[in-house]
Amino acid sequence: TKWEFWEIKQAFEKQYVGFATLPNQVHRKSVKKGFDFTLMVAGESGMGKSTLVNSLFLTDLYKDRKLLNAEERINQTVEIIKHTVDIEEKGVKLKLTIVDTPGFGDAVNNNECWKPITDYIDQQFEQYFRDESGLNRKNIQDNRVHCCLYFIPPFGHGLRPVDVEFMKALHEKVNIIPLIAKADCLTPNEIKKLKDRIREEIDKFGIKVYQFPECDSDEDEEFKQLDKELKECTPFAVIGSNTVVEARGQRVRGRLYPWGIVEVENQSHCDFVKLRNMLIRSHMHDLKDVTCDVHYENYRAQCIQEMTRYVRNESDNRMESPIPILPLSTPDVDTEKLIKMKDEELKRMQEMLNKMQQQMHDKEQ
Amino acid sequence: STAFVQWVGEKTPISDTSYVGIDAILEQMRRKAMKQGFEFNVMVVGQSGLGKSTLMNTLFKSKVSRKSVQPNVEERIPKTVEIKSVSHDVEEKGVRMKLTVIDTPGFGDQINNENCWQPIMKFINDQYESYLQEEININRKKRIPDSRVHCCIYFIPPTGHCLRPLDVEFMRHLSKVVNIVPVIAKADTLTLEERDSFKKTIREELRANGIDVYPQKEFDEDAEDRMINDKIREMTPFAVVGSDQEYQVNGKRILGRKTKWGTIEVENIAHCEFAYLRDLLIRTHMQNIKDITCSIHYETYRVRRLNESNILFTSNPPDHPAVQPKANGQPEEQPATPQPNGVAAQHEALSHEM
Repeated sequence: TKWEFWEIKQAFEKQYVGFATLPNQVHRKSVKKGFDFTLMVAGESGMGKSTLVNSLFLTDLYKDRKLLNAEERINQTVEIIKHTVDIEEKGVKLKLTIVDTPGFGDAVNNNECWKPITDYIDQQFEQYFRDESGLNRKNIQDNRVHCCLYFIPPFGHGLRPVDVEFMKALHEKVNIIPLIAKADCLTPNEIKKLKDRIREEIDKFGIKVYQFPECDSDEDEEFKQLDKELKECTPFAVIGSNTVVEARGQRVRGRLYPWGIVEVENQSHCDFVKLRNMLIRSHMHDLKDVTCDVHYENYRAQCIQEMTRYVRNESDNRMESPIPILPLSTPDVDTEKLIKMKDEELKRMQEMLNKMQQQMHDKEQ
Repeated sequence: STAFVQWVGEKTPISDTSYVGIDAILEQMRRKAMKQGFEFNVMVVGQSGLGKSTLMNTLFKSKVSRKSVQPNVEERIPKTVEIKSVSHDVEEKGVRMKLTVIDTPGFGDQINNENCWQPIMKFINDQYESYLQEEININRKKRIPDSRVHCCIYFIPPTGHCLRPLDVEFMRHLSKVVNIVPVIAKADTLTLEERDSFKKTIREELRANGIDVYPQKEFDEDAEDRMINDKIREMTPFAVVGSDQEYQVNGKRILGRKTKWGTIEVENIAHCEFAYLRDLLIRTHMQNIKDITCSIHYETYRVRRLNESNILFTSNPPDHPAVQPKANGQPEEQPATPQPNGVAAQHEALSHEM
């Protein structure tokens, strides 16, 4: 009856406290503040990195770029170049930073060519660590690298040694998403074989690429299906384009060949859409979370351990601690005494061992 | 490298009709927040009998106060101020929250109430301290459990005259470390004129004593915030009435207090300002209250603690004793001269002994 319905409605309203608005309150604050995201791209020259970035974010970040020729590249070292662009969509502001790594893998001898890159990532962690441990934390700039797109050439038969070494050098510092670049030179079968091979080798070499988080059990079936397809599709085979062509009566981003038109956003042509959706629309926040909660925390823990070990060993040095080591977290006086005693003992034993070894050596002579 | 043909098509302009999709990050954040749930810690301070427990129950429409959780405990005034926390997991429209109500029985109830604010100050600082300890830990938790007091509701008795010295003392000390929301308790003993003049007097006395209650003017972020918060500041302290009894008024069921001369409807803004308090605390400013606690009150505590610990391992003479600062870092107990401390100083002391 009408009155019963009214009573039920009243009952619902009566119970409403109002903290359900909390997500909106947080929402409002985030929209005001805006977001930031730092994406690194790595891979040899000519893999289509810049084109892909432009396609992903619908920008033209590289207008003024000058490409070096082979001769100029002989002496080129790996550089780190940052491009920043502010993107706004539907009232949401994103400060996007693209970290480029020109020169990677281009030299004749590419030994440790990833070192400038790992150094860069570590420097951002260190800067954040100092800022976070400092006194004034009001406007900390987060320059940590949230994701690294690694471009694997499509011409080979799987991972090359430089690919393996690069990914192993970085997999515990940054979220790596390996991509098969310029996938329009492969047939669907070739792509499948290459993907399988790469996945096998990633497993075999123990490379920890970015893992998509597990789906919640209460998600709907459609979402779970999409999630499954996404996971089975890695590494994504991508194509990018800076130009618009006419295909099937529409204007699309694509590449025009005599034998047909490759459409970047056509899911049967390549995995660009999957990459974009994952990177931007569904997993951007998780990429940032894993960077903060896992990679950065590992760096921080290592840093603190090294520092406290250093302090303990260099007891007669004076040093400035960049982070606060509150006395409450240090061992008590008795434990310190014990540690010192044990250190002395170890030293004495080492000296005795050395003496004995020397004596034995002398005897043999 | 292979030369790829660059087509002479148009370069797509930035304002293409295609859509990148960055606004989807808001949805990603929302899902994560919904999964994680929220925390809110509110403290109630005031003499016994001012309706603190009832008000908490009314605000959160359920039995969240300490008295409701332990209904059979005999009510007696403790000899000192006690701090009693009760937590509840509440849920509304899919949003989960861990609500902690911190009661302070004994406050203002003794014959001599000198320094009765101190245990409360210590409790608040202790929560900052445990958060700080977790934050500087090597293997710290991904999500540090937040027991910091986000908001302290201070109950002013409805005398109708002015603030008592105890009220001023308390708010003067505590407004520096926590967000204080003062309310006029049991406001159904004041007529509207009495209420307005009482409020005016209170606001004037707060101003005269340099007491900044929430929302503090200096933390307004922009013009929009200032406009909204100015309106709130013109209304504080809210004159509230609490009730967990329902009555039928004009065919509606409402929370109220029934007397011989009429029924006071708690959520009727013509009767009392409970609804404004509820909206402020819960529906509009809850996140902001937490933000001010995190980014201002906690940071202030942290800076003071770091300075006290004297992080620089300076070259001091070896016979300088190593001193451990107090755990809660209360300013009153700060040593007169900074002492070196930390591992290096202890090593120094040891090597000197050896």
